[in-house]
Amino acid sequence: MPTDPWLAHIVSKFESEILADWIQHQLAADTLRRDLMSEAELVEQSRAFLGLLREAVQKGNLADTTGPEWTPVREMLACVSRARAKQGFTASETATFVFSLKQPLFARLRGEVGTDVDALGDAVWRTTVLLDKLGLYTAESYQKGREEVIARQQQEMMELSTPVVKLWEGILALPLIGTLDSARTQIVMENLLERIVETGASIAIIDITGVPTVDTLVAQHLLKTVAAARLMGADCIISGIRPQIAQTIVHLGVELTNVITKATLADAFTVALERTGATIAPRSGHV
Amino acid sequence: MAVVKHETREIRSAEDIVLVRQAVRAWAIELGFRLVDQTKLVTAASELARNIVDYGGGGTVVIEALNDAERRGLRLRFEDHGPGIEDVDTALRDGYTTGGGLGLGLGGARRLVNEFEIVSAPGRGTRVTITRWR
Amino acid sequence: MFESGSSVERIPILKMGSYLLVTIQVDMHDRLATSLQDDLTARIVETRARGVLIDISSLEVVDSFIGRMLGNIAAMARVLDAETVVVGMRPAVAITLVELGLSLPGVRTALNVDKGMELLRGSVERVAKVNSRGRRQARDA
Ligand SMILES: Nc1ncnc2c1ncn2[C@@H]1O[C@H](COP(=O)(O)OP(=O)(O)OP(=O)(O)O)[C@@H](O)[C@H]1O
Ligand SMILES: [Mg+2]
Repeated sequence: MPTDPWLAHIVSKFESEILADWIQHQLAADTLRRDLMSEAELVEQSRAFLGLLREAVQKGNLADTTGPEWTPVREMLACVSRARAKQGFTASETATFVFSLKQPLFARLRGEVGTDVDALGDAVWRTTVLLDKLGLYTAESYQKGREEVIARQQQEMMELSTPVVKLWEGILALPLIGTLDSARTQIVMENLLERIVETGASIAIIDITGVPTVDTLVAQHLLKTVAAARLMGADCIISGIRPQIAQTIVHLGVELTNVITKATLADAFTVALERTGATIAPRSGHV
Repeated sequence: MAVVKHETREIRSAEDIVLVRQAVRAWAIELGFRLVDQTKLVTAASELARNIVDYGGGGTVVIEALNDAERRGLRLRFEDHGPGIEDVDTALRDGYTTGGGLGLGLGGARRLVNEFEIVSAPGRGTRVTITRWR
Repeated sequence: MFESGSSVERIPILKMGSYLLVTIQVDMHDRLATSLQDDLTARIVETRARGVLIDISSLEVVDSFIGRMLGNIAAMARVLDAETVVVGMRPAVAITLVELGLSLPGVRTALNVDKGMELLRGSVERVAKVNSRGRRQARDA
């Protein structure tokens, strides 16, 4: 199916009128979420979308919105719907963005095509099919956006499930429990470094008593964390390395020589207390 | 995979290196990269931009936002028409430098991204392409 | 924003007792970093400073060039009998530097200006007891 001459004609000729109309429709709709998005943002999105739509309609095949002429339109919709999914819009509130364009377009088609009923019917039909497709695409993208939100929430849960605790003034502990994969280790470690900054703690104990096994990647993440903490001005102690893990680490050729390790969290805590005591009260005479 | 958006920047001076850092940061934020990943990308970009100023006699970077079915990414293509690199493997080695640097730029940039490609021919210039996925 | 080509722009160096304090607040271009290195060396000599504190808590990026500059400053200060402490490195920057392969050997670090000052005072008071943190870091990718 070719381009639709009427549709191409009206979006070129009346772009700003259609835009004004469309924005009015959106602002009047009960799906409007002023709490989630400003009017300025809505206007900007609408303006950008209509511009892309005009370009696509002029070049593109209306029957196939998967073609290259439609790429900018699809990408813009994907962006808008993902963003809205994250902002907390519902699926129908999001799809309204596209569907609410129907009325302004139909109104202009009626005005321009005039009394040729066949031509008008044709143009309206193609336009409606087109917008339905784009609306469906919006819904799909929205779904993807929701999935991303869920993934992020899972990540946040993961952070919560490994809390950094303050053992003493200037001493943090991160008791790790359960299997560590590379992704989890990375997040947990970043979290630890953030907490070091927030609390001003100069020593952090990473206790891996509750970790059954450690692979190369995880071991490397641990060591990189120790190195990063040092660059920030804090020391880490790794405690609770079980014999099997020690073997793995040695076997993997990961160097632990520059890292303080202790058998138990209690041992590590003693060392940490000594260290902070030595730096906090150097004049008390026990140095 | 589609290139959603792209931008080309000139790299000639120390100031341009700063501008490249700022541009890459802005793109990484827009694409929703986490702070650590933004920092890795910006740092890698800084290294490669500086190599262009120091060794490549000036050049360009093309910044591209990528989007495929399940992920988004940022791709940076640094290109110059300078003297090129005779032995790329050696240049990539940590500590190798002909300019009195630390010799960490190329190797470091490679560790900071997910994909790293370098094409260089003596007399014809150097192109380094890096990609990081979100 | 910086002014390109300007030769007057400089990172200010504050004198606090027998210490020098530098707070880096801009995304420095390379010449600015180099001039800071020169200025600091000159000021250490001029003021006979015993310590230098470099606050990088505003820096969002430290690449190999800035890293090298920090290392150079520490090394030159040491030759001039002054201690250097770099303070306030952000976590994201630290993680990136480790990945880059830069461990800043010979540079002492502290979480913030107060702790850095404490460290400087401590080490100047007990020069002989400076517990060198001489760290070599695993550079494996
Ligand atoms: N664009 C380029 N054109 C020509 N030669 C290059 C280019 N980029 C890198 N090189 C060569 O590769 C070497 C290694 O580069 P790399 O960035 O790893 O280290 P460096 O620039 O010497 O030091 P650093 O980046 O740590 O300050 C350089 O010394 C130079 O000889
Ligand atoms: Mg370099």
